[in-house]
Order: sequence, then C-alpha cells, then structure tokens
Amino acid sequence: MRKILILFAHPAYHKSIINRTLLDAVKDLKDVTVNDLYENYPDFFIDIQAEQNLLSEHDIIVWHHPFYWYSAPALLKEWMDLVLQHGFAYGRHGRALEGKWAMSAISTGGRSEVYSASGGNRFTVNEFLAPFNQSATLCRMVYLPPFVTHGSHTISKPDLKQQADRYRKTITLLRDGKWKTDDFKNVESINQLIQAHA
Amino acid sequence: MHNQDFFLQALIYLGAAVVSVPLAKKLGLGSVLGYLLAGIIIGPFVLGLVGNNAGEIMHFAEFGVVLMLFIIGLELEPSLLWRMRRSIFGLGGLQVLITALVITAVALLMNFQINRAIAIGLILALSSTAIVLQTLSEKGLMRNIAGKSAFSVLLFQDMAVIPILALLPIIATLGHPASLSESTLSNIGEVAKMPGWLQLLIIIGAIISIVIIGRFIARHIFRLIAETGLHEVFVALALLMVIGIALAFDAIGLSPALGTFIAGVVLADSEYRHELETTIDPFKGLLLGLFFISVGASINFHLFIENPLQIIAFVVLLIFIKFLILLALGRAFKLKKGFEFLFAFLLAQSSEFSFVLISFSKQNQLFDERTSSLLLLVVTLSMAISPLLLIFNDKAVSPILARWQNKLEYDEVEEQENPVILAGFGRFGLVIGRILLANNFKVTILDNNPSNVEVLRKYGFKLYFGDVKRPQLLENAGIKNARMLILSMAEHDEALKIAEYVREKYPQVKILARAKDIFHVFEFFKLDVATVQREMFESAAELGTKALVELGFTKYEAYRATRTFKHHEDQVTGELYKHWLEDHNEFIRESRRFREQVSETLQAEKNYSIHETDCAWDADSLKDEALKNSNKDDK
Repeated sequence: MRKILILFAHPAYHKSIINRTLLDAVKDLKDVTVNDLYENYPDFFIDIQAEQNLLSEHDIIVWHHPFYWYSAPALLKEWMDLVLQHGFAYGRHGRALEGKWAMSAISTGGRSEVYSASGGNRFTVNEFLAPFNQSATLCRMVYLPPFVTHGSHTISKPDLKQQADRYRKTITLLRDGKWKTDDFKNVESINQLIQAHA
Repeated sequence: MHNQDFFLQALIYLGAAVVSVPLAKKLGLGSVLGYLLAGIIIGPFVLGLVGNNAGEIMHFAEFGVVLMLFIIGLELEPSLLWRMRRSIFGLGGLQVLITALVITAVALLMNFQINRAIAIGLILALSSTAIVLQTLSEKGLMRNIAGKSAFSVLLFQDMAVIPILALLPIIATLGHPASLSESTLSNIGEVAKMPGWLQLLIIIGAIISIVIIGRFIARHIFRLIAETGLHEVFVALALLMVIGIALAFDAIGLSPALGTFIAGVVLADSEYRHELETTIDPFKGLLLGLFFISVGASINFHLFIENPLQIIAFVVLLIFIKFLILLALGRAFKLKKGFEFLFAFLLAQSSEFSFVLISFSKQNQLFDERTSSLLLLVVTLSMAISPLLLIFNDKAVSPILARWQNKLEYDEVEEQENPVILAGFGRFGLVIGRILLANNFKVTILDNNPSNVEVLRKYGFKLYFGDVKRPQLLENAGIKNARMLILSMAEHDEALKIAEYVREKYPQVKILARAKDIFHVFEFFKLDVATVQREMFESAAELGTKALVELGFTKYEAYRATRTFKHHEDQVTGELYKHWLEDHNEFIRESRRFREQVSETLQAEKNYSIHETDCAWDADSLKDEALKNSNKDDK
C-alpha cells in the first residue's frame, strides 16, 4: 500500500464537469488524500509547513488540474514556488521527497491530435509538461507519464464515465504498488498502460 | 463646622448616587430613575438624611441643566439648527400652545380662576430637558428621529420660558390688579422693569455679543490659556465662561440655559470644541445627578398621603393630556412606526423649569401656598414617573406595535422556505446583507430600527422589527427552517444568549457570529459556534497593511506580512482558547479584559517573526549553496 496525495487545483470548481467527475471517482479511495488547493487557500496564502508535512506523509504526489495555457492554474505554481523549498525538496540537504513518485493528471480542451509537431499546438503534452517533469526530477522524485483527458469541451457522457473509471483504476493500481519504475519506460501517457491492463 | 456640614451632605448625596445608580442601571431602569430613587431614600420621608435644604441644593444643581445645554449646543452646528427650524418652531410651538390651552381649559373646569388656569397651563406645558436629554444620550437616541423631534420641542420650550416669565406678572394682575408690587418685580431683575422695546433690544444685544465673543475673541483666549499647558486653568476658564453667560442671561431675565446653549452653538465649529466638551462633561454629569437626587428628596410625601387618590388622578391626567397631544402632533409631523409613541412618552412629564415658574408665580401672589405645593408635587411625580413610562414603552408598547406591523409586512412579502436570518442591521449587518443580496440570496433581517424599511424592502430584504433578543421574533422570522442565522448585532451578551437558545432548540441551524473580542469569540466557541468574526480585527489589519505600505513596503509585501500575521493569529487563537477553557472560571472583569488580551497575545508572539515565511521565494540557503558550488568550480 502506498499513500497518494492528490493536489487538486481548479479555480472554478463550481463550474467544472470533467475534473469534478474525475475527482469524485477517486476521492473516497482508501489511502488517498485530496488536497483541494483553491478551497484551502482562496487568498493564495499557502500554509507551507502544513503542505510540507502532507508531502512527507505520502508516497505518490498527483498534480491534478486543468491544463491552463499549457500549464497549471496559478495557485499550483504558487504552491510549487513556496512549498518545494530549498533545503526541503531540493538542494544538498533537501531530500524530503527523494524516491517518491510524481504524476500529472491534466485535462485539455484540445484533442490529442493537436498536441503534436504537426498539430495546432506544435508540441506534445509531454513536451509542455517538461517543467513538472524536471521539477520532480530536481526533487529526486520519479516523474510518471501523465494521466491525460483530452477534448474536455466535447467529451461525451459515456466517454467521461469511462475516463473517470480509468482514473480510479490508475490511482488504485498506483496505490497498490502494481507498477514498477521500469513499466513506465517509453510510455507516452499512463492512459496507455491502463488500456493495456484492461 | 460649616465645612463639616458641607462634607457630610456631600457624603450623603454621593453615597446615595454611587449605590443606587449602578443598581438602577443593572435593573434596566436607567440612571435618572436611580438618582430619583436615591433622592427619595435619603429624603425626609424615608431616611431623613437630608432635611429641607433639598430645595436649595436643587436650585444649585439646576446649573447642571445649564451645562448640559452648553454641551448640546457644542454638538449642534448652526447649519444643523437651521435645518431643524421647522420642527423647533412648528412642532415645539404647537406643542406648547395646544398643551397650554388644553390644560388651561381643564383647570377652568376644576374651578380655578382664569388667570391661575392660564398660568397652570403654561407651566405644565413644558417638559423636562434634564430628564429627557439624559435619557436620550444614555439610550443613544440622540440621532433617532423621535429623539431629534423631542429635542426640537425642548429647545422651543427653553426659549418659551422667557416670554412665560414675562407674562406671569401680567397674568397675575388679571386677578389682583393692585397686588403686583414693585418688590416682586425686582426679583426678576432690572431688565424686566424696563419697557418692552428696550428689553427686546437688550436681549438681542446679549445674543449678538455672545456670537461676536464666541466667534472672534473666545478662540484667542482659549489658545492663550491652552498654550500655558495648565489643564486646570483651562477648566477654570471654561467654567468661568459658562457661569458668566448664565449670570448675564439671568440678569437680563433670560433663561441661563438658553444663553449657554447659544454659546455652545457658536463654539460648535471651533477647534476647542472637544476640549470644552470633555472639560465640562463631568461637572454636568455630577450636577445633573445632584439635581435629580434633590428632585427625589423634595417630593412632598406628606401632601401625597393626605389625599393620595387626588394626587394620583392629577398626575395621570397631566401625563395623559400631554401624551395624547404629543402623539397627535407626532403623527401630524410624520413620525410613524412607533416613533410617535416614543416621542410622546419621552415628553409626557413636566419640567424642572416648572419649579422656577411655580415659585415665581407664588411670589407674584398668583398661587397660594397650597396650590403651589400641590403643583410642585404633581410636577415632581410626573418627572419621577417618566423613566417608567419609557420602560413601559420599551417593554409593552413597541413589542405590540412591532407585532402588529410585522403582521402587515408578513402578508406582503412572500414566505421564504429556508431563510437566511440576519440579526442586527447596523453598520456591520449592512455589509453582510449587501454581499448576500449581491449574490442573489434573500435575507431576512431582524432589527429594532425600522427607519429604512421601505428602501430595504424594495431591494428584496424581508424585515422584522422588534427586539432581537426576544425568541418570539426569531420564531416569527422562521428560525425553525432557517438555513443560517447571522448574529451581526452589537449587543454582544444578547448575541450569546440567542446563540445558546438556537443551539439548544434548533441545532441544525448554522450560526455565524460577530464577536467583540477574543474572549467573546471563546464564548461562542464554547457554544459550538465556530464561525466567528471579531468586529475590529479585519479592518484594523487592513489599515495595518496600509501603514506598512506608507512605511515603504511594496503592496504585495505588506499584504503578505499582514496575511502571515492573520495566519499566526488564527493559530494563537486556538492555543489561547485551550488555555481559556482550562481556567475560564477565573472571572475577567471588563476593565481587565483588554489588558488580558493584549498581554496574552503579545506573550504568544514573543518568539515569532513574520519574516521567517516566504523564504522560498528568496532563500538564503540557496544562495549559500550556489556560492559554495561556484567556489568549488573555481578551484
């Protein structure tokens, strides 16, 4: 059993459909902690100590958010700026996160085709996620392939339902330690692994 | 020996006041009634501690009324007075005229001679400035519309005393053409003997000189004295000025109170206004208290016992007549929604000026001994009863009116399923109400001030008037099915009681509360009300932020600093609450309360620095490490 911390960042949760559905699918799981950042820090005043404690208590960190401007909503960036402190998360003595796993769970408006060299967005999702990837790496964490929900504006109800089931499955498998680091080699997104699993 | 007597008297009066006034206030009776009761107790009829000199003391203590009008004048700028002219002359004039006429008619029916009847009518038409204004300021009704109207009437009455004083000797001659001797006239001063036009000239001259002195000369003198830095000299000067004006006005046959009032108005926009106010205020308070005590002590219970029913009938009749006329006039001058009742109850007694006028009439042989002591007794009793009338209004009349009005409102406004109830709609509640309304929540307001009802109703608020403390009002407003109760009222102790009541009876209702200070917060915590906001904290913190900005912080830095402080405060509050729970049996007196809060919070943050947070943005450790690494590379 590994403990999972979902850092959820959505400034308009009251209007959200996709992310609400995804979050609902996992929040009741055992050993999963949902930390709703906009709910806890509406004025961006992050309790750094409390956040660092949470990180220390969990084995897998999930950054769950809509993919705003190819990145995270502002509060998650603020969270990274403040919580991933030198001497705690990185630096010679900053080894609190060493060996933990980190994963991005994002939803994009565009469909998967547009995230390619020839598509409208010109880069792949993983290329856009490079800052998260490298941040995790600097903190001596293992950065997993992301869980991506594409086409959030147009997704059908059954598809969304299926996507939520996959998210739950992903989180469950991670929690239960069904994957080893090697399983993620050359995997674009964790969705592929799930489909293979199913 | 003489001195000893003086100190003994002072001991008795002060002792009586110190014992009975706090007691009366605790019982919700107000200070005026406390003083009157103290007077009755030390008076000849109960303990007999003070003899017949109560009358003399009363005469001396009337100076308190003079000081009071000076202070009221200080708070009234001339422009405000000008705006009140309609209610002063219209409402006040009609009140004196109609009341005097009706009482005269009643006196005629009781077989008084026509001249005596007129005198009685004029004398009893006045109301007690001392009692009413003291009550108004004590209950915070000075800015209330009924309070303002009452004040206008009193102002007119003060002015009316002058012509009444002039009229009484003339009225006296109606019955006894021969008896008006020069000697009686001399009692009211030299000026009264002069022809009418000259009197008028002198009066106008006196007022103009007060205005000129107050406007152009007084401030220079005040500045000179203030520059000496000797506060007691300033006190002496202030008293000197007020006494001087009072004596001057007395000498020309005008009411001293009116004179000092004018002086007050003239000085209202001077820079020494506050200094004067705080200087005079203690004297005013003490003298007024003394005055009320002496009124109580001079009640002639022997006369009362001789014929109690008759006296009671007279007092009731007097109050009844005055009350009805005031009520009708209040209505005519657009007082409504219970304010007309407040107005009428406020002014239904007779005046301390009546004492002066009665003894003056006696000197003029207008009244015989018996009539004047009867009148004195009736006037005194009406004054003693008037605080009780207000209590009656508060406890009986307004609730009935409120219920009756709520019924009307109730039918017009659609029933709300799960109301959000806002108890208290002052400066605090207003903001909450606006925020909720701006976000499309309907709000049910409970408040005891119905003045803005039309406006509020138009914007979708549902209003219940009445005493928020009464559970019945909560029930009417639908507390049973309420989603939420917001206690935004300023009555802190009552808010706790309501919270306790609702917690017990309707535990499902969410309660949000406004708290006075940290201990008040704890009281709410104890009642399981967790969402509590200290009324001062947030806005003080905001101003603190602005201070930091003015001191050179960038805005965001200042914001973060204050936000960090608030975060720290939240944690400290939790800690302190635990301490408080452990030893809250210890009785914290009101005066110690603030000191306690300061020392506890300061102690808790002794070892704490705001600047320890936010270091991730600019970490020194990072710089050190980078520096070490680069040194290594160099080598």
